[in-house]
Amino acid sequence: MKKLMIAMMLILFGAANLLSGSTITIKGSDTLVRLGQRWAEEYMKKNSEAVIQVSGGGSGTGIAALLNGATDICEASRDMKEKEYKLAEQKGIKPYRISVALDGIAVFLNESNSVKNLNFAQLKGIYTGAITNWKEVGGNDSRIIIYSRENNSGTYSFFKEEVLNKEDYSDYTQTLPGTAAVVNAVAKDKNGIGYGGIAWAKGVKFAAVAKKEDGKYVIPSLETISDGSYSISRDLYWFFNGKPEGELKKLVNWALSAEGQKVAEEIDYVPLPKERAMSSLVK
Amino acid sequence: MKELKFKPKSRLWEFLGEKFIAVNAFVALIAIILIFIFIFKEAVPILTDPEIQEEVTLEKMVFKQEFYEGRDAKWSWQPNSEVPKYSLFALFIGTLKAAIIAMFFAVPLGIGAAIYSSEFAGKRIREIIKPVIELLAGIPSVVLGFFALIILATFLQNLFGLTFRLNALNAGIALGIAIIPIIFTVAEDAMTSVPRSLREAATALGANQWQVSLTVVLPAALPGISAGVVLGFGRAIGETMIVLMASGNAAIISANFLDSVRTFSATIAAELAEVVFGSGHYSVLFFIGSLLFAFTFIINFSGDILLTRIKSKFQGKMN
Repeated sequence: MKKLMIAMMLILFGAANLLSGSTITIKGSDTLVRLGQRWAEEYMKKNSEAVIQVSGGGSGTGIAALLNGATDICEASRDMKEKEYKLAEQKGIKPYRISVALDGIAVFLNESNSVKNLNFAQLKGIYTGAITNWKEVGGNDSRIIIYSRENNSGTYSFFKEEVLNKEDYSDYTQTLPGTAAVVNAVAKDKNGIGYGGIAWAKGVKFAAVAKKEDGKYVIPSLETISDGSYSISRDLYWFFNGKPEGELKKLVNWALSAEGQKVAEEIDYVPLPKERAMSSLVK
Repeated sequence: MKELKFKPKSRLWEFLGEKFIAVNAFVALIAIILIFIFIFKEAVPILTDPEIQEEVTLEKMVFKQEFYEGRDAKWSWQPNSEVPKYSLFALFIGTLKAAIIAMFFAVPLGIGAAIYSSEFAGKRIREIIKPVIELLAGIPSVVLGFFALIILATFLQNLFGLTFRLNALNAGIALGIAIIPIIFTVAEDAMTSVPRSLREAATALGANQWQVSLTVVLPAALPGISAGVVLGFGRAIGETMIVLMASGNAAIISANFLDSVRTFSATIAAELAEVVFGSGHYSVLFFIGSLLFAFTFIINFSGDILLTRIKSKFQGKMN
């Protein structure tokens, strides 16, 4: 009996060892988690020996996991902050950043809203509280209700940097957990405005956005984000500890290949332009 | 007669069993202490770490600050700003507003239902009312929050023509639904445990049912009812998911109950997952956690004192 138990324990132990040996863990951004999962599925179909675990939790959580050595790949919808780079240095981790896809941030309006076009100055005015009535941007005479993502989301920081020039959001900004909640709120609120990824929009319309008042107003779509004509877009990243090698390198190069990028497009992520994907490949 | 099965060997099992149960009891105690130490430890750098103190101090969290030269001093919660702003005052107002509305909504309903159920309802009706209200406590708060976000908010907005869909009123009512069962259960227990002899004495003196309920049972059960209210308030302060979804989470300082509010608990829930570990912001969130822990501890503790008092009262130890 005892011998049997010892034997079983040894087998279990061995199996666990084997598993952990070839398991790749991916953790981080909630914006990217769906893409990470699809890539993992497709990749595992092709390479039966590979085992990949994907989880979300947010860019900050993913970066913390990378710094603690708890994940092989960190997905992030923002670059690491100075403080995080400093922490990495202290912990002897060398973050290696690769752009794996693009993301466009759409401005959501209620479908009944007569406003169609917004430029950066107007968006900034609305979100910092300088513009409070829709009639100031060509709409009805009613108060603008501003919705936003939570203040630690990568999308929040990105919008703040790109559109608000790092100024603070208005105190009247209502922050909601997740893009789905923002979309829902704007869909129900005829005076609402919100922002978030383009894959999420159900029951709201996209505003056409231009950087300058006399610029070209563009509605976000896979094409306009991919070719760069839509102005609020950003890179989505994978971070590694040091330049990826072996299985990790194979995985990221596959994700950047035409095949991997097509998987991204199928589930409404914006693929990198071909030249950029080629130049990001790990040699 | 069946032979009793207490053989000498079973003493050992008794002994082990008792120790096992004791360990279970202490695990809970130790867990609470460890949790508090952990939360407190993460908050301490605000008081000690000079690097973090450049960003945030106790003073900056409490008093109005002049964040930009030449502009008026104000309270502001903008932790992810170029100039991080950590005024807890805005969050405190928000927490209080949501909790007060919840109490205004839940106290009359909870106590009213308790009086009806314990004093007036027939046995059959009571056997339906009681479990149904207690079932309310089993609804996950995320479900209540979602209900408030999608349905209640629209209903209230159409009813009153509100500017903000998500506001303190909306969150407060949803919170109220969550705390009704707490107030109801504790108050109902207190009233039904009022000794029969008191009721009978009053009836014998010629009081009708209303008089018995309002002038005898209600005053006698008052400590228990207050305990229910206090415990409900504790839940209203600490409840997270409902306010996170239904309140709009805008840190506005105003006396208007139709503005959006941001509460302590929702702030932690929303921000902790993405915060840079070990930063000033991280410590502030844990500081809020310690505050909440202390609040709810004091509130629950006073609730318990009230409950002990009512028990000893009915057992005749307090004359």
